[in-house]
Amino acid sequence: MSTTAIRVNGKATGTVTVTEVQVLPPQHWVDDNPSLRKITDDIAGAMEARPGKGWWICFGIAFAALLNLGGMVTYLFAKGIGVWGLNNSVGWAFDITNFVFWVGIGHAGTLISAILLLFRQQWRTSINRSAEAMTIFAVMCAGMFPAIHMGRPWDAFFIFPYPNHRGPLWVNFRSPLVWDVFAISTYLTISLVFWYLGMIPDLATLRDRTTNKIKKFIYGLLSLGWNGSHRTWTRYEIVSLVLAGLATPLVLSVHSIVSMDFATSLLPGWHTTIFPPYFVAGAIYSGFGMVLMLLIITRYTMNLQRYITMRHLDKMAKVTMLTGMIVSYAYLTEFFAAWYGGNIYEQYHFINRATGPYAWCFYLMVLCNVIAPQMLWLKKARSSIAFLFVFSIMVNIGMWFERFVIIVVSLHRAFLPSGWGMFYPTAIDIGVLVGSFGLFFTCFLLFIRVLPMIAMWEIKGVVGHGAHKMALSSDDEERKVVNA
Amino acid sequence: MPKSFVVATYSDAETLVSAVRAVRQQNFRVYDVYAPYPIHGMDEALGVRRSRLPWVTFVVGLMGLTFALTLQFYTTVLDWPLNVGGKPDNSTLAFLPICFELTVLLSGLATVAALFVRARLFPGKKEQIIAEGITNDTFALVVRQRDSSFDINRVWKILEESGADRVREREAEL
Repeated sequence: MSTTAIRVNGKATGTVTVTEVQVLPPQHWVDDNPSLRKITDDIAGAMEARPGKGWWICFGIAFAALLNLGGMVTYLFAKGIGVWGLNNSVGWAFDITNFVFWVGIGHAGTLISAILLLFRQQWRTSINRSAEAMTIFAVMCAGMFPAIHMGRPWDAFFIFPYPNHRGPLWVNFRSPLVWDVFAISTYLTISLVFWYLGMIPDLATLRDRTTNKIKKFIYGLLSLGWNGSHRTWTRYEIVSLVLAGLATPLVLSVHSIVSMDFATSLLPGWHTTIFPPYFVAGAIYSGFGMVLMLLIITRYTMNLQRYITMRHLDKMAKVTMLTGMIVSYAYLTEFFAAWYGGNIYEQYHFINRATGPYAWCFYLMVLCNVIAPQMLWLKKARSSIAFLFVFSIMVNIGMWFERFVIIVVSLHRAFLPSGWGMFYPTAIDIGVLVGSFGLFFTCFLLFIRVLPMIAMWEIKGVVGHGAHKMALSSDDEERKVVNA
Repeated sequence: MPKSFVVATYSDAETLVSAVRAVRQQNFRVYDVYAPYPIHGMDEALGVRRSRLPWVTFVVGLMGLTFALTLQFYTTVLDWPLNVGGKPDNSTLAFLPICFELTVLLSGLATVAALFVRARLFPGKKEQIIAEGITNDTFALVVRQRDSSFDINRVWKILEESGADRVREREAEL
């Protein structure tokens, strides 16, 4: 602030206080302002070094769970889905719960890589690669469940419309289950392509760094002869933007379509128009919970505190809090609509949800998804790694139980009391769920060892020249104010 | 056939952008610039036109949409109409989700494929690294020596004055 005297014809007539335009300096998303070479060394070095004890312990547990999955699924195939706790009232339980849960986890990855790219959020650069990897592994886990609950999984390819010798008998395109097949396979394919495309420049970096012949060959094959040409970079950025633009509506459509598996039925608790946005918000909430957990593990086991900073965790905690509140609002709306709608079956469903035999699931879900995110208003909570880690686990538990409540509680007491029943999971049910976590974490832990888990080229763009330009919309006048 | 180039290397992007401007101001063509990350503002400095690849997305997207509509209409109305829950054979509204998914899937894949074709990226391609450290921390400005009228001394001087760490001549197949 400065004070200037105003003079008219040489006589002082008063003073005016002039306030300089205050522009916030661009946020630094990487600590200590490392040089370009240092960034490469830090990130590529972390994966070239031998894995530490922490990694081996995590991998051991995850791999044991994966082996367990193999055993469980083999047993399931040999015996049939009768080994699960399904019955006439509840014909859909853990399998579909796990499916919706895992698809939801994937959504945060696409949100970070595509939607935040369109919004020019630079904090995504440290976390987008691992979040995208998480998407792919989560969708893989999700895709497994419909396949294994088919009863005859060896005929799983019947779900695709292809000219066959049975007529040809086509799939029923009016069914949301068929929409699901298209949505999930499109989602997996586009996510995989986006992830790989983003990695090409980094794979080239690894190719040029390594002295190991086998690694050089593999990275060379995967990096497609990338040589850093700016003409290629220009096209590459346009294509990334186009893919982000395609992935954004795609990610919203995927969980909307998943929710239609339920919403297009007539069952109380399922037959509601709020489902698509409600499911999408829940998906992003659970996905961010998982990203938080994975990044807390990654930054410790790989020593990447400089790149995955507390500020990143803080941002993610805020997104989680926001989506958590949208989810809470959806819970309230569901109860309100049941009461206001005046349909006795719908009303009974919600009374049963809060007071019936599965009420503990409902209250656990409320604790994890409604009450826990409210703690994040406190700066102290958002800056405590221990709290965030526990919170991220709670988010996952809460969101798994949300799907369980929606699916099982709706099915177990539908219209006719004579058709009511209870669902109790068997050891195989629980084993397959645990096993899917094993598959997910095994893939993720291998990923952080063999592929660049932080986008080096994007970090370089953010710490360097590009960041300044983007943050200040290349206005030199503004920059002077900041530097002053 | 290898072509001959003058290659200047830099250690930061801002010097590179001003060097590109200086070279172009003297009416020399910059063959290409090599960098570890996309430099914002370089498109204008180089005079690179905005890529037309999004047209591929648009056209293939339309084709995907047509394909999805045709597939669903043919199978459920023409080839084998089945009465499912009394719904009309041509349940257009129920066909929309798959129309959307196939549009996105085909246009996305085609855009990436078009990028690979246009930028000549394919597995097994031998990388042509014009200067060491291009994928790490080095930036390079490359000018092609087209014919005998090419005034190499002048280019050399401009590049050296532009703050290059090193200028040299190189033959390469870029």
